Amino acid sequence: MDMAKKGDWVQIENVVLPAGSRAPQVPEDTQNCDLKLWVKGIAQEDGKIGENIEIVTATGRKTGGILVAINPRYIHDYGDFQPELLKVEMQLKEIMEGAEK
Amino acid sequence: MKLDKSYDAINARKNEIIMNSMQIDYEKFELPGIGFDYEAMMNESGYSMEEMQKIQLDHGVGNTPLIELGNLTALARKYAPKGKGARILVKDEAANASGSFKARRASIAVQHAKKLGYKGVIAATSGNYGAAVAAQAAMQGLKCIVVQECYDDNKIGQPEILEKQRICEAYGAEVVQLTVGPELFTTHLSLLEDTGYFNASLYTPYGIAGVETLGYELAMQCRERFGKDPDAVVCTNAGGGNLTGTARGLIKAGALDTKIIGACIDLKGLHMASDKDFNRKSCTTGHTGFAMPFITWPDRSDTPRNAARVLRYMDELVTVKQGELFYITQAFAILEGYERGPAGNTSLTAAFALAQQMDENQILVVQETEYTSAGKHPMPQLTFAKKNGVEVLFGDPDDEIPGKNLIFPENPSLIKARSYDMTKARKSYIKNCVKNYSMTSATEEDIKFIMDEIKSDREFVVSELAERGVRTKTHSHGIL
Repeated sequence: MDMAKKGDWVQIENVVLPAGSRAPQVPEDTQNCDLKLWVKGIAQEDGKIGENIEIVTATGRKTGGILVAINPRYIHDYGDFQPELLKVEMQLKEIMEGAEK
Repeated sequence: MKLDKSYDAINARKNEIIMNSMQIDYEKFELPGIGFDYEAMMNESGYSMEEMQKIQLDHGVGNTPLIELGNLTALARKYAPKGKGARILVKDEAANASGSFKARRASIAVQHAKKLGYKGVIAATSGNYGAAVAAQAAMQGLKCIVVQECYDDNKIGQPEILEKQRICEAYGAEVVQLTVGPELFTTHLSLLEDTGYFNASLYTPYGIAGVETLGYELAMQCRERFGKDPDAVVCTNAGGGNLTGTARGLIKAGALDTKIIGACIDLKGLHMASDKDFNRKSCTTGHTGFAMPFITWPDRSDTPRNAARVLRYMDELVTVKQGELFYITQAFAILEGYERGPAGNTSLTAAFALAQQMDENQILVVQETEYTSAGKHPMPQLTFAKKNGVEVLFGDPDDEIPGKNLIFPENPSLIKARSYDMTKARKSYIKNCVKNYSMTSATEEDIKFIMDEIKSDREFVVSELAERGVRTKTHSHGIL
């Protein structure tokens, strides 16, 4: 779905500082990047992904920017199983069980 | 008339915005010369211990359990010389509302904002402090905006920080997310200006005073249980508020002989403002990237004078490696039954090694834990590290190169607390002082201020100043 309706929970993106006008103390790789901003809120109008849209945020602040997501999902999770952690677990159990003998 | 919202224009209004958003007249604490009256600032703007305890108890904060870690102590003793291996205890700060000691700071800051009549609070933080401010704002009926440094240029975010976004939003806050860069503070200022909200900075006197209850509480708990003060307390150190507040609380409890040890994760070589380095670290707080700049120059914060001033209190500073941190986080769960967030276990990791240098009848307190969840857990953090090309190995953590690899200790004997040279840190402070104030001469007041700032004697300060071409004026204002 790439179309937000007025009243949908959406995320917008803005460029705060374009590459080339970053703060002087910023290292070179970061100088070459825009300083971008994202914030979520309720769409005040219909809009397509990539279009400019007005929103009202959770604190009631009116702002606007490029629509990038509708009902944005939290993408972080518990990751892949890490065998290194199992190895640590087995080692600790062995050391401590050995201590009881 | 519409305000000029360019980067330079906002920064030019910094002092006015800060004044309006905090109502602390920092000017009145300034002394002639380079110094300021730190204690006067803490006293005038702070709350009494009793008032803070009351505010915190009313908002789900404080009275967290002090837990003895018998199994981790037993493990440490296996690698300690005979008669060594202090008892390791941990203050389970994850039990605070919002899951970290940061609730102690936030509860006081939000209460203060409310008392002053602000409708909302804004905090610039990618860490647990955001969750703490959001939760406290929800409890105390204020609006809340959290400004985060979250993503690299490709909108890839550290799992730990993505979790902080989620939890802040869960408490009803607005989360403004940015790509890497120190200009975050300009966005922060702009939002303060637009909303008229309170600046719930991490570095205000009440933010730091809020942590004093932690040091006070743990001293009382130790006395009740063991009939004595802790021999040493280890504090994870980043911006400095945790250590400063805890140390001040211990002093207020009369625990004057307790050694204060700072601990941080060694991220040497990774540039904190680099877009490429941003996602190559496996810990987003408690690391040297924050700790070292703030230790050697506290007044780089978003307040004119930072209330967190670590060198006034710290007796020792140690670093640990990322691989050691994840190992101990796993050990804390497997051997003790506490699954807690990795970054909050920085001081526990250091304690495991430090205990081995202390006598077995001594008490070593680790003064925090933090909540864990999706993103803020060894598994997603290691997954993320591997995705970003960081090699995860077993070996000697001393070989770890931050951003390149993460080395689990081959066995627990390889876990170390590496001493950082405190004299070097104190010299850096003086160097920064001379540079930032363009000092060519120093009055007795200046010297006294620096002595207090870095817990050093006059001779050291005067000789360090002299080495940097700063003359000592023995007579200041005609009085000596």
